[in-house]
Amino acid sequence: MADIVLESRPDINVDGGGAIPRDSFPTEEMLINMGPQHPATHGVLRVMLRTDGEMVLEAVPHIGYLHRCAEKIGESVAPFQYIPYTDRLDYVSAMNNNLAFALAVEKLAGLEVSKRAQYIRVVMAELNRIASHLISFGCYGLDIGAFTPFLYAFREREMILDMFESACGARLTYSYITIGGVTEDLPERFIDVCEEFLDYFEPKIDEYNNLLSFNHIFVKRTANVGVISAGDALAWNLTGPILRASGVKWDLRKAQPDCSYEEFEFDIPIGEGAKGSVGDCWDRYFVRMLEMEQSVRILRQALAKLRGTEPGDVLHKKNRNLKLPEDDVYYEIENPRGQLGFYIQGNGTQVPYRVKARGPSFSNVSIVNHVCRNCLIADVGAVVGSIDMVMGEVDR
Amino acid sequence: MTPEEIADILKDKFGDRVTEVNLRGAHPHVVVAADAWHDVAETLKTDERLSFNVLRCLTSVDMPDDNEVLAAYDLYACDGTPDSAELWTKRHEFCVKVKMPRDNPHVPSVADLWPTADWHEREAYDMMGIIVDGHPDYVDGPDGRHPRRILCPDDWEGYPLRKDYVFPMSYHGIPGVTEYEQTRPMH
Repeated sequence: MADIVLESRPDINVDGGGAIPRDSFPTEEMLINMGPQHPATHGVLRVMLRTDGEMVLEAVPHIGYLHRCAEKIGESVAPFQYIPYTDRLDYVSAMNNNLAFALAVEKLAGLEVSKRAQYIRVVMAELNRIASHLISFGCYGLDIGAFTPFLYAFREREMILDMFESACGARLTYSYITIGGVTEDLPERFIDVCEEFLDYFEPKIDEYNNLLSFNHIFVKRTANVGVISAGDALAWNLTGPILRASGVKWDLRKAQPDCSYEEFEFDIPIGEGAKGSVGDCWDRYFVRMLEMEQSVRILRQALAKLRGTEPGDVLHKKNRNLKLPEDDVYYEIENPRGQLGFYIQGNGTQVPYRVKARGPSFSNVSIVNHVCRNCLIADVGAVVGSIDMVMGEVDR
Repeated sequence: MTPEEIADILKDKFGDRVTEVNLRGAHPHVVVAADAWHDVAETLKTDERLSFNVLRCLTSVDMPDDNEVLAAYDLYACDGTPDSAELWTKRHEFCVKVKMPRDNPHVPSVADLWPTADWHEREAYDMMGIIVDGHPDYVDGPDGRHPRRILCPDDWEGYPLRKDYVFPMSYHGIPGVTEYEQTRPMH
């Protein structure tokens, strides 16, 4: 009996059984609009994709859908009146925006803030950092397709928002940190409630890591996707967790300590490429989880120091009638999304001559085209979610 | 390096192209002529003593009293090695301002040195009308080549952050109403 001879036949599913030679099937490029209304673009971001099949050749972001003329308004109101407008820049981490503007004005005018107010500011800023990273964690899972972590993140965030509501009356746009300190002292049981929250929350971070971070599907969709090198990150002025995920151990809270941050001990987590390469989407996501742990650490120290100060003096007398000198200042602080900077130019009156807000997400979004070349359409969602932008500070 | 040393290096190299030096106050800066800005930027980036590797922000300011428009470039230099356990430190920070005539403000683009300047320069054109020459994302308009607008729609007319900007009452023939003129509720 003759041996069965196996011939190599072309796979009929791949190229029609040899009828259609490979590499001669014409394909056309498509322009797909990932429009301003889209569940995965974290706000009103429009990304124009030029694709060849599923492969993205170019992803051009178009912004400006949430432009609310914040800089023009800054030229007609006094600084203490402008604080509510800073809330709405990065509406998810409003305390940090208030802090950035207040510190910039205080640097310009030379105001000193009391120790108790500084500790309260640190507590509020770090609580808001945890709240903001929780949104980033929940919404990134949602973008990838994991629906469960979203509500867990929002459950913890509810506790933080309740604490903020007890301190200043608002859940999202606080206007609590103002020029010269904070508007009011903390309510009586705030420090106890906050410590209870930290005891409850710290083990939850491990729970969320088990739920999402090391999930095989999540890792497959985010590891080795959208890799940003350290050189690129610095050249494009990406700041915050994105820069740290690319291996650059840079944090303004350590490089330019202000508002009593130098008194606290904390680490700066960087991306190590544990699941893929350094600077991929998974690193950017995981750096935020590690930063939440560090924020808990800072909070415990800050609350202990707060117990040691006398309640009372938390607001400078010149909060309302402050004349800005004829000078300008540019000051940046470390927000949950990057470095938020304010350029304020005074002209001797109460109302500034020019206020410019440099939102961290403005520079972070500009990397989308550079990073999304030759990736798949599904990866665009992963990259955009890992950048964690809030369009309020992109468009202002 | 202190701001004085940085200003001295720039003055030595560029002489009278550095028109003003103002190191007192909260924002030490020098003012540079617009046509020399690209060379100054190259020095700021490549000189080993300076090596400003990050452009933080580009602010545009309108000064109608001096008939000038100003662009303030804030830079800083940070040192460190990627993927190491050592913290990166800030070596120094500085600001360079460029003053231009208000009617015809032109400034060379520095997007080839710091890619982040791409979007910042587009915003400077969009909001203040500073025409950035040599910008990588350009559009040819009736007044020449200018960067593509970023925040306003592509066919917007006028530069909103100018001090004499009047909010338009119609957009390409479509009439609009704002609450400035409202005197009674309009249902």
